[in-house]
Amino acid sequence: MSCRADKMIEHSQMDERRKSNAPLDEARLRQRAIGVKLRQMFDEVVNEPVPDEFLDILRRADRKTGEG
Amino acid sequence: MVASSDASEGSLAAVVRDGAFQRELVTLIPHLRAFARSLTGDAAAADDLAQDAMIKAWGARASFQMGTNMKAWTFMILRNQFYSDKRRSWRQVQLDQEAAERTLIAIDDPGSPLALDELRQAMAMLPPEQREAITLVGAGGFAYEEAADICGCAVGTVKSRVSRARKALQEILESGSYDRDGRNAGEAMSSIIADAERLSAVR
Repeated sequence: MSCRADKMIEHSQMDERRKSNAPLDEARLRQRAIGVKLRQMFDEVVNEPVPDEFLDILRRADRKTGEG
Repeated sequence: MVASSDASEGSLAAVVRDGAFQRELVTLIPHLRAFARSLTGDAAAADDLAQDAMIKAWGARASFQMGTNMKAWTFMILRNQFYSDKRRSWRQVQLDQEAAERTLIAIDDPGSPLALDELRQAMAMLPPEQREAITLVGAGGFAYEEAADICGCAVGTVKSRVSRARKALQEILESGSYDRDGRNAGEAMSSIIADAERLSAVR
C-alpha cells in the first residue's frame, strides 16, 4: 500500500472517530495523561540543579545594596 | 554591634527582612526557571529571563508584603518581563516561528524519545496566552484565581484559556497536525497515555 493510501485511510478513520461520540472516559483518560506529562515536563526543570550564575548574581546585587 | 538609635534599629529590621526575603527568593529560582522555560521554549533564553526576573524581584523587595504569595508575585514579575522583552524586539514573533520550525525539524527523528518531545512541540504551537495559562494551572500548581492575578486578567478568562489549551493539545497530539513519516497519526497520544500510566503506577 502506498503512503498516500495509508494517509487517506488514516484520515477517514479519524473523521469516523470524530463523528461517533468518543466515550467520555476515553477523553478524560487522554486529558489526564496530558496533565501528568505536562507536570513532568515542568518538574524536570524544577528539579534541575540551579546554575551557580543565579546565586552569584543575587550575591552581587545584595552586596550592592549593602554598600548603597 | 548594638543598635542604639531608631534609625539603626530600622536598618537592622530591614537587614533581617532582606535576609528572609532572599532565602525565600532562592527557593523559588527552580520554579522561575521552569516557568521561563515554558514561556520561551528555549533553555538559554529562559535562564536570562529568570535571572532578570530574580533581580527585578530583589530590587522591588520593599514593595513586597512578607507573608503573601511570593511565588505568584515573582511569576508576575517574570511574565511582565517576558512580554516587555517581546515588545522591545519587534522581530520576536518571526523568530519564534523560525525557532518552532527548527524544533519541528530537529525532533523529526524516529529514534528520539516520543512523548515529551511531542508534548513540547504541541505546547510550542499554542498561542502564548493559552500556553501560560495551562502551564500555571496544569503544571505550576496555581489556583485559577492566582493565575488570573499573575496574568492580569479575569478568572473566567484563565478558565477558558486553560480549557482551550487542553482541547488544542489533545487535537494536535491526536491528529498529528505535523506527522512523522511512517508513524501513525495519534501515536504521540498513545505514547503519552502509556507514559503517564507508567508514571502514575510508580507513584
